[in-house]
Amino acid sequence: MPDPAEALADTQFEFITFSAGGQSYCLEITQIREIRRWTPVTALPHTPADVLGVMNLRGAVIPIFDLSARFGLGATPGNERNVVIVAAVNGTTIGLLVESVSEILSVEKSAIQETPDIKSEATKHSIRGMISVDDTMVRVVNLDAVLENSTGAAQ
Amino acid sequence: MTTKVLAIDDSRTIRNLLRVSLESAGFEFHSACDGQEGVDVFPDVDPDVVITDINMPKMDGFGVIGSLRSGPNRTNVPILVLTTESSDDLKARARGAGATGWIVKPFDDASLVSVLRRLTGHVS
Amino acid sequence: MSMNSIRDTFFEECEELLEALVEGLSHMEEASDDMEVINAVFRSVHSIKGGAGAFALDRLVNFAHAFETVMDKVRDRELAVDEKLMALFHRSGDQLSDLVASARDGTDLDPTAEDSIVKELESYLGPEAKAEEFSFSAVTLDFDGGAPIDLPDLDLADEASDDQQPKENLFEVHFRPERALYENGHEPLLLFDALAELGPLTVEADLARLPDFDSFDPNDAVISWNMSLVTPESETTLHEIFEFVEGLCELNISLSSQAPCSPKPEALPVETASEPEPIAEVASVAEQQPEPKEPAEISIAAPDIVLEKQPEAQPSALPTAAAPKETRGPKPTLRVDLDRVDRLINTVGELIINQAMISQRIEELDLPTVAHLTNELEAYKLLARDIQEGVMAIRAQPVKPLFQRMSRIVREASDATHKKAKLVTVGDSTEVDKTVIERLADPLTHMIRNAVDHGLETSAIRQSAGKEPVGTIRLSAAHRSGSVFIEISDDGAGLDRERILAKAIEKNLIAPDVELSEPEIDNLLFLPGFSTAGQVSNLSGRGVGMDVVKNAVQALGGRVSIASTQGKGTTFTIVLPLTLAVMDGFVISVGNQTMVIPISSILETIRPNSKDIHVIGTDSQLVNVRGAYVPIVDVAHSLGLEDAKARETNGILLLVSTEAQDLTALRVSAIHDQRQVVIKSLESNYTAIPGVSAATILGDGKIALILDPEELIKLAHYNPLDPFAQNTKMELRHA
Repeated sequence: MPDPAEALADTQFEFITFSAGGQSYCLEITQIREIRRWTPVTALPHTPADVLGVMNLRGAVIPIFDLSARFGLGATPGNERNVVIVAAVNGTTIGLLVESVSEILSVEKSAIQETPDIKSEATKHSIRGMISVDDTMVRVVNLDAVLENSTGAAQ
Repeated sequence: MTTKVLAIDDSRTIRNLLRVSLESAGFEFHSACDGQEGVDVFPDVDPDVVITDINMPKMDGFGVIGSLRSGPNRTNVPILVLTTESSDDLKARARGAGATGWIVKPFDDASLVSVLRRLTGHVS
Repeated sequence: MSMNSIRDTFFEECEELLEALVEGLSHMEEASDDMEVINAVFRSVHSIKGGAGAFALDRLVNFAHAFETVMDKVRDRELAVDEKLMALFHRSGDQLSDLVASARDGTDLDPTAEDSIVKELESYLGPEAKAEEFSFSAVTLDFDGGAPIDLPDLDLADEASDDQQPKENLFEVHFRPERALYENGHEPLLLFDALAELGPLTVEADLARLPDFDSFDPNDAVISWNMSLVTPESETTLHEIFEFVEGLCELNISLSSQAPCSPKPEALPVETASEPEPIAEVASVAEQQPEPKEPAEISIAAPDIVLEKQPEAQPSALPTAAAPKETRGPKPTLRVDLDRVDRLINTVGELIINQAMISQRIEELDLPTVAHLTNELEAYKLLARDIQEGVMAIRAQPVKPLFQRMSRIVREASDATHKKAKLVTVGDSTEVDKTVIERLADPLTHMIRNAVDHGLETSAIRQSAGKEPVGTIRLSAAHRSGSVFIEISDDGAGLDRERILAKAIEKNLIAPDVELSEPEIDNLLFLPGFSTAGQVSNLSGRGVGMDVVKNAVQALGGRVSIASTQGKGTTFTIVLPLTLAVMDGFVISVGNQTMVIPISSILETIRPNSKDIHVIGTDSQLVNVRGAYVPIVDVAHSLGLEDAKARETNGILLLVSTEAQDLTALRVSAIHDQRQVVIKSLESNYTAIPGVSAATILGDGKIALILDPEELIKLAHYNPLDPFAQNTKMELRHA
């Protein structure tokens, strides 16, 4: 989350919104490396259900997570519109399988709301904030949380 | 006008130290890693002053002085000897061979520059 | 370049110097009177001392100085090298290496050994030498350019005049250079500059000895100077200015009068030289005059020629064609950041994969006429391999430094065990990947110690067996059929198989009634927790066994084996891949997945008849391999890829030997191909996965996992009850 003290009031942030597990999410555009069509991955043994496997991204081996399953919303059903969002966080590159990508969202900092206190601490941790677009609520994904889980810390 | 220094020392560390000291004092720095190389590059570098170590492979410091001070290519360019020994014996030997001056290792920056200034008239 | 990076360079250089030192010392063993060698050894120590002095590493400086001083006596043939002195030099070299390491890492080093070596070194010097020779002290470098200058002749005058009323001295200086002064590169004008910095100076040239112009030899020193200097400095300071020209001139400095310093020093009455007419003024001298002194008025009365620099051999007169530099010395080298090399290696890995992908895609196109295209593709493939080999060669380094370090280990081990041993190295120049060299240091150290401690007999026993009293440890390296072979052998008594067997039984490593062949007994050494020493020696200690060595070698994708002959000795052979970035593997099918298994781990592949396979209990299978029953581990099962019920009953078995289990047969569905694969880490973006060591990218761009046989077998053994518990979710959705 951008530091309110540092950012100017009219600072614009760009997000890419997408759908996972029937819910609306987004990631800041600066964290996204590319968006790829889904291609079969190489499954990894001894991994949880939300780790689909690994994919060859121009010579690098990157893990692909099913974001819907990661958030406990069930496995993403196979669909032609499925895409993999390749994102980088802390020097690690990962892929997130989502149902579909919607649009680029440009909002002011002030439009980003803090995640309210909700029951599930895990869910709260995986969401950095929320943006209200028309009548829908878009959740800002906390990539760090996704990654922490991948190393087994939260499993 | 910059003063050109040719430093001949087989120790990379000493060459680096000399480079840092001398470049910051405004000298143009050239180096060679043994006596033979020093003598070989001398005509191309055409230095205003030579600094040479004594103990070196292939040709030692006395060899360097000898070949710069004799033969058809003899030169009167000042030659400063870098030595760890400060004995009068060594000084006399260096002087006898044709060295212009000497400085005892480990040297400090300021005295090195000061000695070079005295040998070359270099102005920082 | 910062001071820190110079310091880093110094320690890097120290490593090279220490290497050269060790090498020189071992050459001295063979030819102790070879001056070249002695000089090289001396220079190594001397250069370490010189650099250490610049960083005020006093302890290092003092030790190197003691070492160097004795070495210098050898160099001057004042001291003959005997066995005892040679041993002292070796120990001094080791100590120097320890001191360098401790200075570099900032760690403490117990001075006991150092002190005793220094005492021994001192004992080789005359009594009068000691006090003087060891007073060498370091001066710290000052890198603040503007810091006060150490020389006494610059600013002291001003400071002094603030404190007290110093006396102004009037010195008369007579200076007559000899020809040698000019020949040594001195320039009188610069001496005058230096004097002028001390106070107002008058210089007068005496041309009395100037010959006729016709007979004038510009190299002759015919002019002398008489100078007057008014300065608060002492006569000593004046002499210091002439220090370098002492003996090259006639110099006479006399104090003619003293006067109290006037509060505001004016230009003292300075005689301007009158006859003959002043021809030139030395402006630069005046400009350099430090404030607040008044510029000295200096006139030099002399014909033109005096003010010209003394004629010297013009550089242009030197032949410009110097000897070509390429013909000299060692081959030129380039220092490159390791990261850059690794990036290049990665990129070349991509190139190889890319090449394989293109080939495969074109094949899939099934074009009607592809003959010339196939040729081009083949050429592309060869080029890519050439580039890869070339790049890999950059990371390769000779094993020499590693082997050299072992000579110290042998020395220390033979001291500790009171056995006589020497190290012979073969194939020092064999090049191996840098990482391999780094990771081999510990296993080799251990094996060398073992060889001395357990392999060699004492001199007495050796002699009674008709052997040389000094045992030989042989360390060799060679490239053979795409692998690196490293052998560590001793000419000792050979393995005591009875004792090994007894020990293994005692430690419950094997059943008491088991029948083992000789090689099988030898291989017991590699079992975890095995230690061959009858009593724990102070050298090998407990807990570090050959199993650790084996693990380290296997982690590098290599194998270690053992061969021993009674009474003749024991040889350990380590076989390593040439590089860690690529690996020779079998491309296999496990269930419906394509995977790769390292060839180095596979002893043999078996296509079993169903009659050779036997079931034990509910779940375990054994295969009869030439009469021996070997447990079968189903790879798919072990990885949790399939339900146990669906296990194939035949498939192909890969016979592997692991530390936990002597022999195991890994069952896979099929073997497709044998090829070199580029190793890709899984951990860089994900996490380690049990049973999988890394991944690679196949020709179709898909990722194949590289299996780790050791781990696979552990998985099968340690998790036998419910190996699928966590893996049932692992279906290949979307696949």
